[in-house]
Amino acid sequence: MSETLLPADEPAVAAAIAAAAAAGEPLAIEGRGTKRALLRPVQAARTLSLRKLSGITLYRPQELILSAWAGTPLPEIEAALAERGQQVVAEPPDLTALFGATEAATIGGLVATNLSGPRRITAGAMRDHVMGIRAMNGLGEVFRSGGRVLKNVTGLDLCKLLAGSHGTLGVITEVTLKVLPAAPATGTVAVRVADLTAAVRVLSAGLGSPYGVSGAAVLPGEHPLAVLRLEEFPESIAYRAGRLRDALAGMGEVSVIEDAESRALWRRVRDAEPLEAAPEEAIWRVSVQPTAGPGVVAALGFGKSLLDWGGGLVWLAGPATAETHAAVMAAAAAAGGSFTLFRGPEALRAAVAVLPEEPAALAAIGRRVKAVMDPRGVLNPGRMRAAG
Amino acid sequence: MISLPEPKPAVMARRAEIVAGLQALVPGDGVISEAVRLKPYETDGLSAYRQPPLAVVLPTTTEQVAAVLAYCHANGVRVVPRGAGTSLSGGALPLADAVVLGLMRMNHILEVDYANRLAVVEAGVTNLGITNHVAADGFFYAPDPSSQLACMIGGNVNMNSGGAHCLKYGVTANNLLGLKLVTIEGEIFEVGGRYLDAAGYDWLGLLTGSEGQLAVITEVTVRILHSPEGQRAMLAAFTSNEIAGEAVDAIIASGIIPVALEFMDRPAIHACEAFAHAGYPLDAEAMLIIEVEGSTAEQDMLLGRLKEICERFAPISLKVAETAEQSLAIWKGRKGAFGAVGRISPDYLCMDGTIPTGQLPFVLKRIGEMSASYGLQVANIFHAGDGNLHPLIMFDANDPKSFHDAEQFGADILTLCVEVGGCLTGEHGVGVEKRDLMPVQFTPFELDQMRAVKAAFDPDWLLNPAKVFPLEGNAAFQTAA
Repeated sequence: MSETLLPADEPAVAAAIAAAAAAGEPLAIEGRGTKRALLRPVQAARTLSLRKLSGITLYRPQELILSAWAGTPLPEIEAALAERGQQVVAEPPDLTALFGATEAATIGGLVATNLSGPRRITAGAMRDHVMGIRAMNGLGEVFRSGGRVLKNVTGLDLCKLLAGSHGTLGVITEVTLKVLPAAPATGTVAVRVADLTAAVRVLSAGLGSPYGVSGAAVLPGEHPLAVLRLEEFPESIAYRAGRLRDALAGMGEVSVIEDAESRALWRRVRDAEPLEAAPEEAIWRVSVQPTAGPGVVAALGFGKSLLDWGGGLVWLAGPATAETHAAVMAAAAAAGGSFTLFRGPEALRAAVAVLPEEPAALAAIGRRVKAVMDPRGVLNPGRMRAAG
Repeated sequence: MISLPEPKPAVMARRAEIVAGLQALVPGDGVISEAVRLKPYETDGLSAYRQPPLAVVLPTTTEQVAAVLAYCHANGVRVVPRGAGTSLSGGALPLADAVVLGLMRMNHILEVDYANRLAVVEAGVTNLGITNHVAADGFFYAPDPSSQLACMIGGNVNMNSGGAHCLKYGVTANNLLGLKLVTIEGEIFEVGGRYLDAAGYDWLGLLTGSEGQLAVITEVTVRILHSPEGQRAMLAAFTSNEIAGEAVDAIIASGIIPVALEFMDRPAIHACEAFAHAGYPLDAEAMLIIEVEGSTAEQDMLLGRLKEICERFAPISLKVAETAEQSLAIWKGRKGAFGAVGRISPDYLCMDGTIPTGQLPFVLKRIGEMSASYGLQVANIFHAGDGNLHPLIMFDANDPKSFHDAEQFGADILTLCVEVGGCLTGEHGVGVEKRDLMPVQFTPFELDQMRAVKAAFDPDWLLNPAKVFPLEGNAAFQTAA
């Protein structure tokens, strides 16, 4: 990375992209660059950082709406929300430790990578709470999609198209989020079981109950711990934890983890700490139907795994080799799911498919969509796939 | 009136040949071409617009859908996908040279998986059909548009339908896992699956709410949830729209997100009360229906807090249901709102804008002024938690001036919604109804960017044409003079 462009406002971002398109010179697009090791290395001589496009532009707590420039650090948004008892619904992870980053992620980067935490399973993904964006295409032409209201089906939802496109289809400059009140209390019902299959049975029972479970993970170990989170008013926590405890009593040794300890536990799950990945190891995220999660772990025979989302999100850590990666791809495919090479050395990430291949008809549409959004191919080339 | 494109003369001239071609692909009684049997397909929930199609084809499998689309693509025939035909925005309105592709015979629930909390269903299964199928086991499918008895899941996905309970459970997009689709070329593919958040572009998100512009959906994998232990409603009536709006703000600020938070203005209260005799306070200017979920004790706790909040705003009526029956009685009038308005007016247009909730008093005041100036009555129903406003404009379709004024009144309301920071449609879709208002909300470039994405899926503009995007400046259409 030789040169980094640091535009300070949206017109300057647009000018930089228009110039890059005119010159046919690709750009690596980033917020604060905390997730450079995610997916494939970008083939670009220059970087465009949105870090100077920072700050909350609108916050209406009664309307459950917050807008911010894409380069706004997540902690700044979380602090503003916390003052009014609200939160970012999708509970995005803090991956600074995992990626060895030195500063906090930006809201634009979290939307562009569609990263969600444990609450995803009941409250939706990061992209589900993006009510509107300002963005520009690969020619620097600015457009808006969505708006600043909670329900909007006007026109094609380009917010969804850009969320999760890792900066390859457009550059998001401003994000409008739906936010919600943070529950005043939390608690966790934990069940010690014999193996992962038994653990996912506990999670399925909890998520298939009427008690509003908002997190369902398995802490690894010789005897795994299935954990089910409640987020409610304090009176409801006591009641619902009691009911869950009774319902799950036959499935293993049940305990209840109280408020403060529960919060700490779910922060660790959110940030994938229980995975205990060594610095030299690669990390994968595999998404499958929940009951297939234990099978993915068993097929690979890794020592290191962490199940979240009721068993459907499988975090894996293992040797950073093409052979291991091929085994993960095969296990995800066998389980009918999806995978991401989430962290790995640059040589590995450049050499393998970091995401599943798409069926031919869809891949063809994808190339056409890329061509209309970024006709000169200057936005993050190579980030998601070797060709584009 | 909204203009529709000129039929393609070459297609009209080959009608008999096209019907025979479709019959070869969907044998038996799967193709309809007689004028009298095309009649039921000439309109949808926006019944002011009517146009019989070239033919109707009713496939029973995804492979038949693919064959029909490949045939239409090869022959340059326009295709209008249709579920139950309940669209309030004319999303299923045919064109004279188009084949209506009806999915209603694909109505099977293919699989229910409680351990993974999902169901795989064909596009023609009704919304309520899913819930009815899993209710005995304690589960439900969350989005609940008012047409849920009739509307089909394929249409719900295409319109990203909402409902009264989406404040808590989200809209259709938040309750999907995967789709099986067919491109206009007749290629079958799947997006998503039985798991969350497929890596790669979010095709599932883009296709949801795409109003039949991108591909034809034949199968849907939906998330199902366990029902809460119970639910109960309360009613609070106030002396002005402003005060009711302040009560809504106070409820949200308290940290309670009710499962439903419905607002009715004075004309809506009167219409519903006359129809349903639900015991609504006729001296109120505005009324809220608030519903909470949980165990009986939890309901008591939440309703108690909500009652305290409402009491701060000098309510003229405050009724907390103590039983499920009392709760149903509170909902009875609101759920019959469309029938109630239909009873006092020969016709009505149901509008669907969204506004920032803080703008409600101003918007209702302006709608009242417009109502007086057009000489047309309007009743307002509002999903207050999420800002989705449904003005019901009453008119007489047999009087051309009344219809014209009603359309203009509706356009003025939606323009106002955009001016105060909102949007043209919260859950009904653009369809033909709001197509020509799109420039009010979007710049010419924004429309072009969306058109370019549409064309990446459907380069010849054969799929559900003349909807969503204004025709002006689009070389794919020649409009009637």
